[in-house]
Amino acid sequence: MSKQTKTLNLNFGPQHPAAHGVLRLILELDGEIVEKADPHIGLLHRGTEKLIENKTYSQAIPYFDRLDYVAPMNQEHAFALAIEKILDIEVPIRGQYIRVIFCEIGRILSHILNITTQALDVGALTPSLWGFEEREKLMEFYERVSGSRLHANYFRPGGVHQDLPRGLDTDILKFCNEFPKIIDDLETLLTDNRIFKQRNVDIGIVSKDDALNYSFSGVMMRGSGVPWDLRKSQPYDCYKQLSFKVPIGKNGDCYDRYLCRVEEMRESVKIIKQCLEQLPKGPVKSQDNKITPPPKKEIKESMEALIHHFKLFTEGYRVKKDEIYTAVEAPKGEFGVYLISDGSSKPYKCKIRAPGFSHLQAMDYLIKGHMLADVPAVLGSLDIVFGEIDR
Amino acid sequence: MLNNTDLEKKINSELNTKVSSSKIVHETLNVSIEKDDLKEVLLFLKSNPEMKFKQLIDITAVDYPNKKNRFRMIYLLLSHEFNKRIIIDFPLNENEKVFSITNIFPSANWMEREVFDMYGIDFQDHPDLRRILTDYGFEGYPLRKDFPITGHKEVRYSEEKKKVIYEPVKLEQDYRNFDYNSPWQGTEYIKEIKKNNE
Repeated sequence: MSKQTKTLNLNFGPQHPAAHGVLRLILELDGEIVEKADPHIGLLHRGTEKLIENKTYSQAIPYFDRLDYVAPMNQEHAFALAIEKILDIEVPIRGQYIRVIFCEIGRILSHILNITTQALDVGALTPSLWGFEEREKLMEFYERVSGSRLHANYFRPGGVHQDLPRGLDTDILKFCNEFPKIIDDLETLLTDNRIFKQRNVDIGIVSKDDALNYSFSGVMMRGSGVPWDLRKSQPYDCYKQLSFKVPIGKNGDCYDRYLCRVEEMRESVKIIKQCLEQLPKGPVKSQDNKITPPPKKEIKESMEALIHHFKLFTEGYRVKKDEIYTAVEAPKGEFGVYLISDGSSKPYKCKIRAPGFSHLQAMDYLIKGHMLADVPAVLGSLDIVFGEIDR
Repeated sequence: MLNNTDLEKKINSELNTKVSSSKIVHETLNVSIEKDDLKEVLLFLKSNPEMKFKQLIDITAVDYPNKKNRFRMIYLLLSHEFNKRIIIDFPLNENEKVFSITNIFPSANWMEREVFDMYGIDFQDHPDLRRILTDYGFEGYPLRKDFPITGHKEVRYSEEKKKVIYEPVKLEQDYRNFDYNSPWQGTEYIKEIKKNNE
């Protein structure tokens, strides 16, 4: 009698706590070994790009918060930069520093979420409890500056919406002084933890060439030893004036990516500290009232200001016919906006390049030959957020 | 390392017949080619030791319903070694197929699926051309300009049938597209005016 074997099809998600959102993963299993993974995405598709085509430029910014919703301001940044380049607007230096501070806060927000949930996926509960307390503090900074904890809608082409409220800079500085200690605490829980290492070391290895071929970016690429960071190589805003290091990994496995993220958080804290030290005085947004609205006080007195205000919030500003691709180093990788304007006040096309899209695509390549239990570990280290993948 | 102008010259001389036009916009080289030369051009850009555009950043299409060639395909490439970006584009008719580049860049797989899903552009030799972002059984191509922003169908749970059902979209209020564009001259940029005065 001959033994017959057949593969087992397993439906992972869309409602699975380790799927980090609404991922449906069809796995083909031979015993416990994964032979094929077919991710089905799009369960959170909201048609962002279509909606942006039908809204004015300033109405489009809130949609960017809803892409990668754990680091909203980094997305807005890419869109704001695209418009600034087309219109050739200069951002006042204080505005640039504020933007960088909040981008780095976004990076810390995203990395805390990722590290702690990755730990949660492989069995460690405590890091997420400790980490989320810190995220709460950071979201409070978001709230104080923009009025909302998550969907900030704070960056504008030409700067930021409003100046920092009084006392916020000292509070952020206080956080920066305390936070490295928290990272140390998190590291004592994870970095040398036997179970955490058993679950992550040598899992989901990406070689240098494959990182390029699969269009990886951000930590996914740096974990494999490619020194590439858009903040260094194609600096935008005031990143040129700041000194920071770019941590890179060696083996390209889940554990190296975890280590990279931890180091990046430390670097982000340094960047924020430098920004706060150097923070100059002055306006926070472009003074060109054809692009940014005039102060409320002026509207009561000046006819011109009133007209500007009215036109900006009805028709919106027009953007001359042009095409541009701009990218920023979002916490997850290269987040890009390909913007085509046609001279009206609405974009003709706005393609959003989400880093997570290419990362998740490589799932089949990453997981082939691994055990079923490694699926959450690899998914965790990919740092996927469905807001940006499904758009 | 080549700068943008040299890169443009080099590409024009090496691929002379294949390049229909090229320009440098916002410090990025834009190269327009013909549809059938896509694979050769990409292979050249990927393998040439002075360029090494080894990473495909994104593929997308643009819909121009009034033009003779309705679509325009856009390929964004990045060279890490030389820190350069390049944009390749070509026009495409509605019923034409594009060669899939999945065997040059594996990451093109999902990007082409997305273009297929959103614009209905067919890719020849693609290993697995399915819809990706839209619902199972979705009809129509959402990012085409003639697709209504409200869509065609809506989904709800029906208490009587005890299942999720699809119905034609019913809106309490039609989608209103306010057109504020006025004869008032919009943004004439202060800098431009200043420049002209000087």
